[in-house]
Order: sequence, then C-alpha cells, then structure tokens
Amino acid sequence: MMDTPFNAVVPMLCVVFAALAVMMAEAFRGRDEQMALGGLGIVGLVGAAVSSMLLWNRNASSFGVIVADNFGLFVTMTLVIVGVLTIMFSSVVVRRDGLPAGEYYALVLFAVVGMIMMATANDLLVIFIALEILSLAVYVLTGIRRDDPRATEAAFKYFLLGAFSSAFFLYGIAFTYGVSGSTRLDRIGAFLAAQSMSDSPLILVAIGMLLVGFAFKISAVPFHMWTPDAYEGAPAVVTGFMSTGVKAAAFAAFTRVFLSAFEPFSVDWAPMIWILAVATMILGTVVGVAQTNVKRMLAYSSIAHGGYLLVGLIAANDVGKAAILFYLLAYAVTNVAAFGVIALLGTRDAANDELRDFSGLWHGRPALAALMTVCLLSLGGLPPTAGFIGKWYIFSAAVSAGYYGLAIIGVLTSVVSVFFYLRVVVMMYMEERDPGLAAPAHVGGVGMVALVASIVVIFYLGVLPTRVLDLAAESISTIF
Amino acid sequence: MLALIPLFPLLGFLVNALFGRRLSKTVSGGVASAVMVASFAVSAFTVWGLAGLPVEERAIDQTVYTWIASGDFVLDLALRLDPLSAVMILVITGIGSLIHIYSTAYMHDEVDSEFARYFSYLNLFAAFMLVLVLGANFLVMFVGWEGVGLCSYLLIGFWFKKPSAIDAGKKAFVVNRIGDYAFILGMLLLFARFGTLDFQQLAAVVAGIPPEVGVFGVLSIASLLLFVGATGKSAQIPLYVWLPDAMEGPTPVSALIHAATMVTAGVYMIGRNAVLFSHAPETLMIVAVVGALTALMAATIGLVQNDMKRVLAYSTVSQLGLMFLAMGVGAFGAGIFHLYTHAFFKALLFLGSGAVIHALHGEQDIRNMGGLKKDLPITYWTFLIGALAIAGVPLLSGFFSKDELLFEAFREGHTVLWLMGAVASLMTAAYMFRLVFLTFHGERRHDAPAPVHQLEDESAAQAHDDSHGAGARPHDAPPAMAFVLIVLALGSVLAGYVGVPHALGGHNQLAAWLAPSFAAPGGVAEGLHVLSEGEAALEFTLMGVSTAIALGGIAIAVLIWLRRPQIAASMAERYPVVHRWLLNKYYVDEAYDATVVQPIRVGSERALWRGFDVRVIDGAVNGVGAIVAGSANILRLLQTGMVRTYAGSMLIGVVFILGYYLWR
Repeated sequence: MMDTPFNAVVPMLCVVFAALAVMMAEAFRGRDEQMALGGLGIVGLVGAAVSSMLLWNRNASSFGVIVADNFGLFVTMTLVIVGVLTIMFSSVVVRRDGLPAGEYYALVLFAVVGMIMMATANDLLVIFIALEILSLAVYVLTGIRRDDPRATEAAFKYFLLGAFSSAFFLYGIAFTYGVSGSTRLDRIGAFLAAQSMSDSPLILVAIGMLLVGFAFKISAVPFHMWTPDAYEGAPAVVTGFMSTGVKAAAFAAFTRVFLSAFEPFSVDWAPMIWILAVATMILGTVVGVAQTNVKRMLAYSSIAHGGYLLVGLIAANDVGKAAILFYLLAYAVTNVAAFGVIALLGTRDAANDELRDFSGLWHGRPALAALMTVCLLSLGGLPPTAGFIGKWYIFSAAVSAGYYGLAIIGVLTSVVSVFFYLRVVVMMYMEERDPGLAAPAHVGGVGMVALVASIVVIFYLGVLPTRVLDLAAESISTIF
Repeated sequence: MLALIPLFPLLGFLVNALFGRRLSKTVSGGVASAVMVASFAVSAFTVWGLAGLPVEERAIDQTVYTWIASGDFVLDLALRLDPLSAVMILVITGIGSLIHIYSTAYMHDEVDSEFARYFSYLNLFAAFMLVLVLGANFLVMFVGWEGVGLCSYLLIGFWFKKPSAIDAGKKAFVVNRIGDYAFILGMLLLFARFGTLDFQQLAAVVAGIPPEVGVFGVLSIASLLLFVGATGKSAQIPLYVWLPDAMEGPTPVSALIHAATMVTAGVYMIGRNAVLFSHAPETLMIVAVVGALTALMAATIGLVQNDMKRVLAYSTVSQLGLMFLAMGVGAFGAGIFHLYTHAFFKALLFLGSGAVIHALHGEQDIRNMGGLKKDLPITYWTFLIGALAIAGVPLLSGFFSKDELLFEAFREGHTVLWLMGAVASLMTAAYMFRLVFLTFHGERRHDAPAPVHQLEDESAAQAHDDSHGAGARPHDAPPAMAFVLIVLALGSVLAGYVGVPHALGGHNQLAAWLAPSFAAPGGVAEGLHVLSEGEAALEFTLMGVSTAIALGGIAIAVLIWLRRPQIAASMAERYPVVHRWLLNKYYVDEAYDATVVQPIRVGSERALWRGFDVRVIDGAVNGVGAIVAGSANILRLLQTGMVRTYAGSMLIGVVFILGYYLWR
C-alpha cells in the first residue's frame, strides 16, 4: 500500500484535472470564441477509463480510505460511460440552449469525480464527502437554466431535501462511529462481526439512518418525492445524467457499506429493504402508468428500476451481487440514451417532452424513433436487449435465494411497466404527427454518434453479455 | 445452417427497415418475399437431412454461441431442429412465403414507405417466430415469444388512422402481458427448481420424477403457469378476448399471425414440453377442459357474427381450443397434426376473405355481400375448399386431423370432452357454410364498385385502373393473390395425407415422425400405440360420426341460410336473449371492463397517483410553478407547504424505519 499510495486515486485525478482545465479554458476564452470544452472532459474521462483498466485486479488502495478494487473500478467504468455520453449529448444542448459551457462541463466533471469517489471510498466519512461533492454539482446542474422557473424550483427542492437526508446520513455515521470506534468499513465490519451485539439498539439506529440517506439518493419510496420534480425540472440531459450517475454511485456505496460493514446484521436490514423494494417497485410502476409527460414517466420508471436493484441487494448471493453491477450498467446506458433522445428533441423554447410530442416521430425522424424504441424496450426488459438480461439476473437471483414474493412482485411490475414504455412506442409509430407541433429539431452529428453508440452497447449487453457478466462476477469476488 | 433460417427474414427486416423509404414497392416486397422463400428452401433442405437420420438420432443442434455464462449458470443461444420444430418451421416459412407473396398484391394501395414498413414488420415477425420454435431452451423461446408479440401489436395497429386498430393493438398487448407474466414466473420456477432451462435437460430431469397424480406440486404449478402464458398467446379462455379484435390488422396479417403461426405458439409450447406436462396430469386436465370449453364457446359466438373476419377469428379460437383439447388428453401428435392442417385451411380462408374484402373495397359485413360466386370464381372455389376442409368433410385435410384428435379424446376415456369437441365441430361446419352462403350465394346485397379508397394516392389509383376498370363488377383476386389461394387450396386438400389413420389402412406417418419429440431424451419413445381390433372398429365408427357431423353441419347451413333464410331471422326473434347474448359474445369484454380494467385504471390514477403523488407533486409543478414564474421569489415555495409535505413523507419513512428497529 505504501509504495504507490496515489495509484488508486488516479482515475479521479484524471477527471479532476479535466474539470480544472475546462474552468481554466473558460476563463481565458474570448467572448465569441468557440471551444470544444466537452472534448477536454472526454479526454479526462478516457484517462480515467484507461487508468481503471490498468488498475484492474491490482486491488490498489490509497490513504487507506480509497480502494480501487474491481468492484469500484467496474462502477467507475459505468460512470465514465455515463459521463462521456452525457457530455456528447450536452454538446448539442449547451449550444442550442445557450447554457454557460464552462460551468456546465466543469460541474458535470466534478459530479463524476464525486461519483467515482463514492464508488471507491472505503470510509463512511469519505463516502459522505463524495456524496456532497456530487450532490452540490448536481443541485446546480438541475437549475442551470436560470431563466426557467421550473428548473430553479426543482433545484431548490432537491437541495433542501438533499440537505435533510444528508443530516440523517451524518447521524448514521456518528452512531456507527460511536458503536464501533471507526468510520473505516473494514474495521466496522470486523468489529461488528467480532462482537455479539445483535441487541444493541444503537447500531440498529445507525443502520436505519444510513439507510435513509442512501434511500434518498436512490429515490426509494417513501424518500422518492423529490425525484419526479427534479427530473422533470432539470434539462433532459442533466436528468439522464443524475438518474443514472447518482443512482449508480449511490448504489455502489450502498452495496459496499451494507454488504461489507453491516453484513453481520443482514438479518436486521434485509426485511426493511424488502419493504422499501416492494413499495418502490409498485409505486414507481403504477404511478408511471398514469403519466402523460415522458420525462416524468421516465422519472417514475427510474424509481421502479431502483426497486429492482434493491431486489438484487436483498438477494445478496453471488448472482445477486453480480446482477446489481450488470443491471447498473445496463440501466445507466439505456436511461442516458433515452433522456438523450428527449434532450435532442427539445428546442431552446420548448422541452417537447409531453407524450404527444412524440406522435408520428417515426415519420419525421425514423432514426431517432428507432433508437428511442430500443431504449424503451430495454428499459421494459424485453429480449434481446441489455435490460432483459439484467432483469433476468436480478429475478433469478431473488428466486434462487428463496425470495419468491419479491420475484413475483418484481416480474409483475416489470410486466406492467412495459405498458407505459410501449405507449411512447405506439405514439411514435401509430399516430400521425400532430399538425400543431413544430417539426422535430435536427439532431447534430455528435448527438447521433452518442445515440448509436448507446444502442450498440444495449444490444451488446443483451446479445453477448457473458464478458461483462464475467467482469461483474470478478468484481464482487474480490471484496465481499 | 439452422441459424440461417431465422437470419434470412431478419436480413429482410433490416433491408426494409433501414432503406425501405427509398425502395420501390417491387423491390421491398420482392426482398421480403425472397428472404422468406430462401428461408423455406433452407428449412426444407435441413428437414430433408433430418429425415435421412435414423429415428433415435433425429435432432440437429446448433449452438450459435454461449449467450449467458456466469458461474455455474451457462445458457447457450442454441437452436434445435427435431421432428416437432421441423413441422413448425416448414409451416412458418412455407405459409409465410405464400402470405408474403399475397401481401405484395394486397397491400399495393399503400404508399411506398408504409408498404416497406409493413414488410419490415412481417419479416421481423417471421424471424422471431422461427426463433421461438427453433429455440433449444426456454430463454431463447422467450426471445421469440416476446418478439412475435411485439410484431403482432405493431401489425394489428398498422392502420393507425383507425382508432379501433390502435385500441385493438393495445388490448392484444395488455392481455398478452398477463399471459407473459405467468409465463415468466413459470420459467423462473422451473429454473429455481431444476437449475436449467434447456428443454431436453428439463425433460430428462422431469422424467425421473413420478407424475404428480392427485397432488399439485412444483411441476403442476410450473406447467399451469406456462399454460396461462399459452392461453394469452393462443387466445384461450380466459385470455382469448384480444384475438377477435386483432382482426383490425391487415388481412394477410390475420392469416399469418392470428391464424397460422403465432397463435399456435401455445400449442407448440406444450408439445415442446410434453414430458413436463405429462408429469402434471392435473394441469393437463385443466388444459383439456379449457380447450374444450373454448372450442365450444367460440363456435357458438361464430354462429351469429356478421363481420367476415370475426367469424374466422372465432373459428380460429375454437380450432385452437380443439388443439388444446388434444394436448390435454395427452394426444400431442394429434394436436400438432391439427395445428399443421389448420394452418393451411385457415390461412386459405383468411386470404380468401381478404380477396373478397379487397374486391369490395374494404367491405367486411357479410350482410352486405352475397352473390359473389360469379364475379370471384377463383376466390369462391378456393374458399369453398377451405370451408370443406375445416368442416371436416372426408378426404380433405381437416377431416384427418380433427377425426384423429376427437378419436384420441374418446379413446382416453374423456367422453364428455369428446362430445364437446364434436358439438363444436358441428357448429364449425354450420357457421363456415353460413359464411360461404351469405358471401357467395344468393342475392347481391352490395353496390359495386364502392368508392375508391380514400387513402389511395394518384399513382396507386392509376395503377389500379386497369384492374378495377370502370366496370360495375368486383374483380377477382389479382394473379399474385390468386396463385397463393390456389396453392393453399391444394394444401388444404392434400396436407392431411401425411396422417391417414390406421383404420383406413394408412400409417399415420406424421404421428410416427413426431413421436420422438414428445419422449424424454434417452428414454424410449413410447412407440406408437398399435390399435387393437376393437379400437380400430371404434375409430371407424367415430369416423362415421365425424363425417355425419360435418355433413350435418353443412346441411343445417344449407337449410337455414340458403333455402329458408327466414328461419335464421325467426330463430333470432324467438330466442332474443340467446341471440343477443351470442351476438355480444357473452358480454365477456364488458365484464372484463367492469371488473378488471376500470378498477385498475381508477386505482392507478386516483388512489396512487392523484391521491398520493399528484396532490403533493403535480400541484407543485402546475400550481406552484405558475406562482413562481412571475416572481422568481423562491422562498415563497417554502410557504406553500410543498417541500414540507415532501419532508413530511421522508420523516414518516424515517420514523417507520427507526421505529421498526427500536420497538420491534
């Protein structure tokens, strides 16, 4: 550990330097000068990806609190993909909507830094710091369209409630420290395993508090209330970013904390998460059915997907753990792309995210409609897409761990959820273009490249998932 | 080699989906049909190879690649050609090719891009259907299962300018989702219990378990769940309601998807898992009863419907019911035999009705038809052959298969089920000839030519001029359509001769061919049941009964709808309740709407959304957003109570969680 103490943070450093470079470039930019700021960010993210690959199987650790184990690196790669796709979609949106490019890209990159840190942190306090880094960036990104009252409102609500949940999280850390004398996950785990203190209310309170903090970030019911507002108010591309990046990072930390440090208490927390998972899947799906705004519908859908991920966490057998990682990747790519389509459909003045805005899209923009269809089918878990494999894995993990009830409810909700995804598909193919609507915007080259790349990944994960499943299996074998 | 069979249509799909807008109709229709013919050629070739193998080695496996492999769970994307799937692929690619060819003429009035869209869906459907029947394990089958469903909805709603088409697509979708739900659970249960989804491995494991007689164990539950999935896909009670509405799609689609292939997937699935179902006799009994009830009920509805395609749709439901009846009494070979002959004559009947509808410019109500015999000779004669075949008139294909399955039901001791099937057959003959007589015989009750399609554009109208002419008479099917009708008519006559019963000195080659597919791997195929002399006599007697039923049904139709049309009217008057009951299809749709659809809709919108999320969330966006818009005074938000409500919700969650831990 001591000879190369920095190597575990190299992926993060790459992104940090990219973010700083973006800020510097923005500062020295001429008034009307065009700069490929997003390109700088992508360079940094690619650097993070390359360094992650080099760190694979090394189990590197820096300062004792950041560990670049395979689990963290897998999530890091997922986050890098989310970041790259987001930046590519953003390049269209930032120019179109006249967003402040320098701030925007820097915030995205800093948020990614926070996410990576969260995924690789091995210490509750560092997790908290990471959580705040990413949260602050995302709060601002939510309200980056300062002239849009809905965005500002969404950002403010998100911020207030986020602060509220952070408080619980901190209390959870404090209680944990009080009981175990450490904030390091490995030491907490060792301490709890050694002590037979299953009756101590303090540690249960700590677990409960931390659970609240995580549940908020992954928008589990009943901590989901901010989600539809924030997702609908934010620019679509930011929504895509936070509905995947934040969720992936939070889930990584959630999994790590609960399956390593609090693993001895799984008998106590599993029933609670069971309840959260069921409530989340049902509410996300059922309420999603009633939505007429596509962004809002996808917001509820992403709530429901959080529920499926929780199923994997409960069924914490080997299949379940690997399933979480695979599902995160599949969901992240799909959801970013789906929001990317919405973002590309919008204009500076109109979001064009109502269901009827998609009417007849096939006739005007066949490529966009086809790509959106693939994303929606993947979200709905239809074969042969990434979403199908992910769902199959999650639910078969649940069944083989004996959680039949969860599987029955999960399959039911995912079957119902296809209903609202397909509503958009029906709208695109089986409706005439509403004559009152403006023709859909032209999609720039970069946006299209990003979309096609996502579709390729979705099909790759659906048709040839073995390689990635192996990587996911390797990732969990090293830590838990 | 096997992979080529679904790959060809997939290729056709890609061509039409990617470049369809730029292709002329000739090219896109030609490509779509050519890939199907190519796929048929490959199928025929591989099946030929299969037939050349000794009986116990008749299976060709191809692992395309390892689809999912992690830990001890390995799942190949594997295809398997065995006698059962051989029959299926020949039906799918053979009849599929014909229907593609037919469609090139039938859909000619569509604009180019719509024409290409149609063929891309149709090709994609064929590809998925072939995956469904070639899949060597449940997951591959499921890929096809979901895929054909998707294509089916897209094609039902193809003419999206008709709101009824969109509703029908939606209905098909929702109903099928219910079936799929059960199907997935069945798969998960089998996987959890046996650790494999490969059909052969499953059969091998299950073969070692004693049949669950009188108990409802894992096998029974799993097979019942799978069967619920089958009732969705194959339109059986209680999930049959979507199929009649699916007739909103173009007629060739009804012929291919909603008669010949996709709807038989459920029957195929049971045949594919014959060992599993045989070890769950309780489930099999349910299958048989549901099949018989469906056959009977759909036939009664078919007697009074007035839409030409709906009559055929209920007929399909009824015939599928007979297939399930056969599967349920354990006569898997007979069920598949009927599936195979049914594909011919039902496709023929649908395409014939399509030719009529085409000639009458979209008219589908048989009350407005009549007297078309002279104007549409090819359509008439081929349709008549189809009707004779489905009625079960001796020497035509339907006779052999229907007779076989009724005989098996009787022989297995299910006399009541046999009687239900026989009555359904009687009604089948009656309503089919009602259809023939009202459509082709008697007085003309229509004014031809009807106004030209409004959707038609200039060029299409012009192209049509030479065939339509300015004449007052409807024209018979154009060459591409006529060709297909004639081929299918030949098939409807001849297809049954692969299964001539023993009683008539035949060998029932089809049953012998299929037998290995229904046995556990490695186990000895049960060997064909050799009929004792008494049984042969029984079969002969039943054959006579079947013949009498077919002819009796036709005679009834002659009497009521040809000779004395007033009988029908007076019967409807004398039993108004029964008539209305049947005309309204037992009010099942209404019952579903009242008991299932409305409560769910209300529950979703009011209880959970409006009550729980909207009051707090949507109020925020709509109401508060408006308030804030002008002032940008963010802090006012706090005073609206919105954020407080959110925080309150979180607090409840916190209290709940901590309370649980502290006071449990």
